[in-house]
Amino acid sequence: MQSVILSTATRLLVGLILVFAVYLLWRGHHLPGGGFAAALVAATGFALFVLAEGPAAVRRALRADPRQITAAGLAMALAAGILPLLWAEPFLTGLWWTPEAGPALGTPLIFDAGVFLAVLGAVLTLVLALEEH
Amino acid sequence: MAAHSAHRHADARAGWLPALLPLAIFLAAAARVPASAAGAQRVVVLDWVPSLGVSLNLNVDGLSLLFVLIVSFVGAVVFVFCGVYLGGHPHRLRFYALLSAFMLSMLALVLVDNLVALFVFWELTTLTSYLLIGFEHDQAAARANARQALLVTGAGGLVLLVGILLLGRMAGSTDVSALVARGQALRAHPLYLPALVCILVGALTKSAQFPFHFWLPNAMAAPTPISAFLHSATMVKAGIYLMARLHPVLGGTAAWMGTLVVVGAITALLGAFLAMGQKDLKRLLAYTTIMALGIMTMFLGGRTTPTLTAAMTFLMVHALYKSALFLVVGTIDHQTGSRHLPDLGGLGRAMPLTGLAAAAAALSMAGFPLFFGFVGKEIMYKGALTEDLFPDFATLAALVSNALMTAVAAILLLRVFAGRLRVPGDTPREAGAGMWLGPLMLGGLGIFFGVCPDWVGRHLIEPAVLAFHPQADQIHLKRFFGFNEALLLSVVTLVFGALAYAGRGALARLIGALEQRPPFSPERIYARLLEFTAVFAAHHTRIVQNGSLQRYLAVIFMAVVAGAGIPALRAGFNLPAIDPILETLALVEILLVALMSAALAVVVAARTRLLAVCGLGVVGAGSAMIFLWHGAPDVALTQLLVETLTVIIVALVLLRLPPLPRPLSSPGRRVLNAAVALAAGTLVAGLLLAVGGSELDRSVTAYYEAYSYTKAHGRNIVNVILVDFRSFDTLGEIVVVAVAGLAGLALICGGKPCNR
Repeated sequence: MQSVILSTATRLLVGLILVFAVYLLWRGHHLPGGGFAAALVAATGFALFVLAEGPAAVRRALRADPRQITAAGLAMALAAGILPLLWAEPFLTGLWWTPEAGPALGTPLIFDAGVFLAVLGAVLTLVLALEEH
Repeated sequence: MAAHSAHRHADARAGWLPALLPLAIFLAAAARVPASAAGAQRVVVLDWVPSLGVSLNLNVDGLSLLFVLIVSFVGAVVFVFCGVYLGGHPHRLRFYALLSAFMLSMLALVLVDNLVALFVFWELTTLTSYLLIGFEHDQAAARANARQALLVTGAGGLVLLVGILLLGRMAGSTDVSALVARGQALRAHPLYLPALVCILVGALTKSAQFPFHFWLPNAMAAPTPISAFLHSATMVKAGIYLMARLHPVLGGTAAWMGTLVVVGAITALLGAFLAMGQKDLKRLLAYTTIMALGIMTMFLGGRTTPTLTAAMTFLMVHALYKSALFLVVGTIDHQTGSRHLPDLGGLGRAMPLTGLAAAAAALSMAGFPLFFGFVGKEIMYKGALTEDLFPDFATLAALVSNALMTAVAAILLLRVFAGRLRVPGDTPREAGAGMWLGPLMLGGLGIFFGVCPDWVGRHLIEPAVLAFHPQADQIHLKRFFGFNEALLLSVVTLVFGALAYAGRGALARLIGALEQRPPFSPERIYARLLEFTAVFAAHHTRIVQNGSLQRYLAVIFMAVVAGAGIPALRAGFNLPAIDPILETLALVEILLVALMSAALAVVVAARTRLLAVCGLGVVGAGSAMIFLWHGAPDVALTQLLVETLTVIIVALVLLRLPPLPRPLSSPGRRVLNAAVALAAGTLVAGLLLAVGGSELDRSVTAYYEAYSYTKAHGRNIVNVILVDFRSFDTLGEIVVVAVAGLAGLALICGGKPCNR
């Protein structure tokens, strides 16, 4: 079922939703948000995309298989854990870089991005498979 | 065509690059040899789990160094060999990754000082071995044999863990260095025997000792270089290593000596005897490996310097000749397409360099003078004669199995390489340099060490023995120990070996008949156990996991009510007065609860799934609003998002489901469901009230509040807990989410491949 209204609105909305998801991920350390919530928002955006344009269009737009997105997320989270080992700190210790100006950056941000990708990939795997089969 | 052959050529050299890793390790270890021979020991301190007393301290002493040298040298040879052997195999990258992972685990196993850490690497070698045996995973036999090796050695590993934990309780530490210091007290401890039994079960399964030996010949399903590396030179010797390492802690008692000497002798005799009846060259070598492991176990059962020196010398002799022979068999298989003994003959002329390597290795195996094997055998008889327990038995066992070993070496050399050329296909050609160079080097070392045993004895064997047997009376290896009993026994061995070779036909027929109808077969017991487990699991699953989600939920909620409700009732619910709570309720909260109750009524009464799902969505959104009202925006946000996605996913699923049956369930069932729901709801409400009414321990909260910004640079405590303070939990959770996604995908695809 193709609906002109739905697909036109989706075009506008999906981009906004994804930007909002990244914003949630970024601000999560200080304000409500974070990787998990951001992943759910992004997944909702993609779900809307799936309903409007069909799963094939979403797969084309994603470029990567959602399972690979999950794997990349797990690898990122793991990397954030292993990195401190190089500085002889225990696994998953947060390492921070605090520049004079601007926000503090640290491995927990990498970890949270990993959470984002892992959850997003897992939800997309299910949504796309359900729509295709 | 030219490009194709150039590509093949590049593939054949693919092994040289990964071989750099073991080569570098070998050179680094070799640089330590002079210091180690001078008695130096190097300890590298690395903390791992200090709260459990588990460290990753590395202890480089003579014993570790001997193993590191063997593992890295044979590793380098095997990597180069694999470059040619695997050629353009589609999964060769996976192969190198697994092989490197195995090698590093094995190296860590022989270097760590802590037994818990040793156990971890022990199991890593088991796992990588499983994956390597099952490398050709499209063959059912490879999968079954890999599983057998995994189950036998994995079960042994678990028993070993029990033994390690027992030792830890007895000594208060699981560091080998600490255990050695308390050896005397540990051997007198009432828990000594249980700990000894557990540790020996682990070591003996890993090193394929009777009655657990059967997994090793089956592990020959692995590609041949794997057998050369794991199943002859390294992994199967992990058990030997552990027994040597713990010799000063547990060894020297009657229980230790009796068990090891008897088990080792039986294994050696059984392996040597069964090897005579094998037609497949790889299985033949596997049985001779069992024999060699039996001999080492038997000698580790002793406690005198000659016996322990014999064990270490033979360890090295065997590693050199056996890995060379395995690689030679791999070459034969690769060049002729067969490793079936009756099909082969006269290969020496067609493949002279491979034949030369085979000759050097086989003569060392047979124990000819001027070969390292001769030195090994001399010291072996010297050791057997000085055993504390059963010296005659040990000598006899060593004599018979060595004689049979000589006969097997003769079969390998004379039947396969000498005589008229006999191959199943075309006349074979010599293999590439990557294939013959390694075996030739291993065989050459066997000659070099046989000619100058003095050097290898002082630099490698003596430091290894000293590491676990610190006595002054070291045995110096010699090319020739003079005219004594040991020399006489060596001559007798060669004569008996010649006799066994002459009678090989009769022996093979006898073994063939015995293998058809074995009087006692541990392998059959293993098969029965496996069958029984499968049947039991199927039966058990039919009862517990019958597929009805309603029943699962009912059981879960009843268990919660019983498990939490009964203790709570017994302790006496300390409910606070309800009136003051009701008075503080805001109008918004009352309205939200009313809305949720109405939605719940809709869910219960709904006649279509869509209506029920929408009702549940309202309930979820209502609880999110309540979270928001109480100042938990993060929880509310997540709750709302989860509700939204659930509605989307359920809506997608709904399209695939048949309409709800009418009536949904019997009246009796509805009453039961209502009762369970009421009980669970009452319990949760009561618990929440009780928790809210009691004094909470706020120390954890205070910690998070105090350090969230100062240490973790975040003002949102919920997020800081998730990604920093308790990020290990989160890591586990996202793995669960990922696995759930994959499992859901498998269910949706219904067993068909999901790849589009």
